Amino acid sequence: MFQIFHYSFIVRGLEAGLLLAAIAPLVGIFLVLRRYSLIADTLSHVSLAGVALGLLFGINPLFTAVGASVLSSVAIEKLRLSKKIYGETALSIFLSSSLAFAIVLIGLAHGLNANLFSYLFGSILTVRPIDVYVMVVLSAIIVILLLIFYKELVFISFDEEAARVSGLHVGVFNLLFIIIAAVTIALSIQIIGILLISAMLVLPVVTALQFRKSFKTTLLCAEAISLSSVLFGIVASFYLNVSSGGLIVLIMLAVFIAVYFLKKQKSGLIGW
Amino acid sequence: MSVKHDKNIIEIEDISFAYGSTAVLKNITFNIHEGDYLGIIGPNGSGKTTLLRVMLGLVRPSTGTVRLFGQPLNKFRDWSKIGYVPQKATNFDPLFPVTVREVVEMGRYGKRGLARRLTLSDQLIINQCLHNVGMLEYEKKLIGDLSGGQQQRVFIARALAGEPKVIFLDEPTVGVDVQAQEQFYSLLKKLNLEFGITLVLILHDIDVVANEATEVACINQTLIYHGEPKEFVKGDYLQNLYGKNIRHILHGH
Repeated sequence: MFQIFHYSFIVRGLEAGLLLAAIAPLVGIFLVLRRYSLIADTLSHVSLAGVALGLLFGINPLFTAVGASVLSSVAIEKLRLSKKIYGETALSIFLSSSLAFAIVLIGLAHGLNANLFSYLFGSILTVRPIDVYVMVVLSAIIVILLLIFYKELVFISFDEEAARVSGLHVGVFNLLFIIIAAVTIALSIQIIGILLISAMLVLPVVTALQFRKSFKTTLLCAEAISLSSVLFGIVASFYLNVSSGGLIVLIMLAVFIAVYFLKKQKSGLIGW
Repeated sequence: MSVKHDKNIIEIEDISFAYGSTAVLKNITFNIHEGDYLGIIGPNGSGKTTLLRVMLGLVRPSTGTVRLFGQPLNKFRDWSKIGYVPQKATNFDPLFPVTVREVVEMGRYGKRGLARRLTLSDQLIINQCLHNVGMLEYEKKLIGDLSGGQQQRVFIARALAGEPKVIFLDEPTVGVDVQAQEQFYSLLKKLNLEFGITLVLILHDIDVVANEATEVACINQTLIYHGEPKEFVKGDYLQNLYGKNIRHILHGH
């Protein structure tokens, strides 16, 4: 039964996956409530361009992905604040042009091979020991920062104007948060893949929101859904021999659908 | 608590503001005194919300200065003296997962400083604020599940949680039913008279200004009138601003 843990790639995959599962809702809850969900998609495509750069120059793709994602997140925030360009237009420019970069760079590096597929949809097979160490350090920093500034971020997300009047430097927090989101997204590439990242950030949070509880309870609930989906998804993907990223997202989706209809039935509104 | 209304706490000096080439505010100068209950009124598009935002440092005026408690805005750091209730309808998402208590806690953060946790004494003050607005028993409810009037009282409690000297409110009774409006205005009166809190409100109902406020500032890009509401209602200001049938408009609803 526990033979699965004899495979070191599975253990590494679980370690990396559970780390991500823990930070994803912390970041995701603010992305969802601030209507920033699309940023996750954009930054994941930027991360792919970063991966391609890494492959081309023989640098660990995790580093280049984090670098590209963070730099772009700062540029996106600056563009949004300049108000010379619509926020979502800035996002789609970044999304498609970084995909273009990625495709050209990957072509130059190796040709389009199976490796690309694992970055698109995630594969725990690509997680190396060094990746796990990097993820532990970066995740720890993210968790500490989010816990320290938790109340400020909640206030800004709920009522940015009142937060500003209370003396908070809202611009600094917005920048800090988008950088944290950028790092989280770049870190998730190997486990969940660029095309599925936003689902991992958004689904557990949206599911938890259905319970209509306090902010804290909602966050804890999202954590529980996220951690159990990733644990179950990775283990099941081993036995079923399917993509771990795809399976994790499908489990999260199933939980969301179940909770959504359960709550709907309870509130007496059966049917669409 | 009796307050003399002679100490300037907000000084607005020659404020002008323009969006591009469109002037919104022109050369506005007046003072707000400690203990004032100031109603700011003016037609739609008169710039009253912009003026409030200038006073709070949310937008920078083209010319002129605002002093809060003697300090120019860019040097002012004591933001816990200021409470702010933004216009509710545009500023909050009814699905946002926060309880009444969590909302009021936000008002205490400024007092505590960055990254510090709220202490037991903070929690007691939050209890008191919830009690003062009559919302303590609702503390575990989600803010989105309350009526408009109840939500507005929670936002007052949030503003109170920082123990402010002055509270700014932007059209606080939009979307609040008439009965709840009466309760709301008697709550504001209590804050002003018993707690000595200075109030600055943007209002759209001239009757409320006449009955509740101690001062009125009427804005239509320029400052049309600043002084006692009684004089204002007697004068021709209203007719000039809104046209001859103003009385019918006010009492017809």
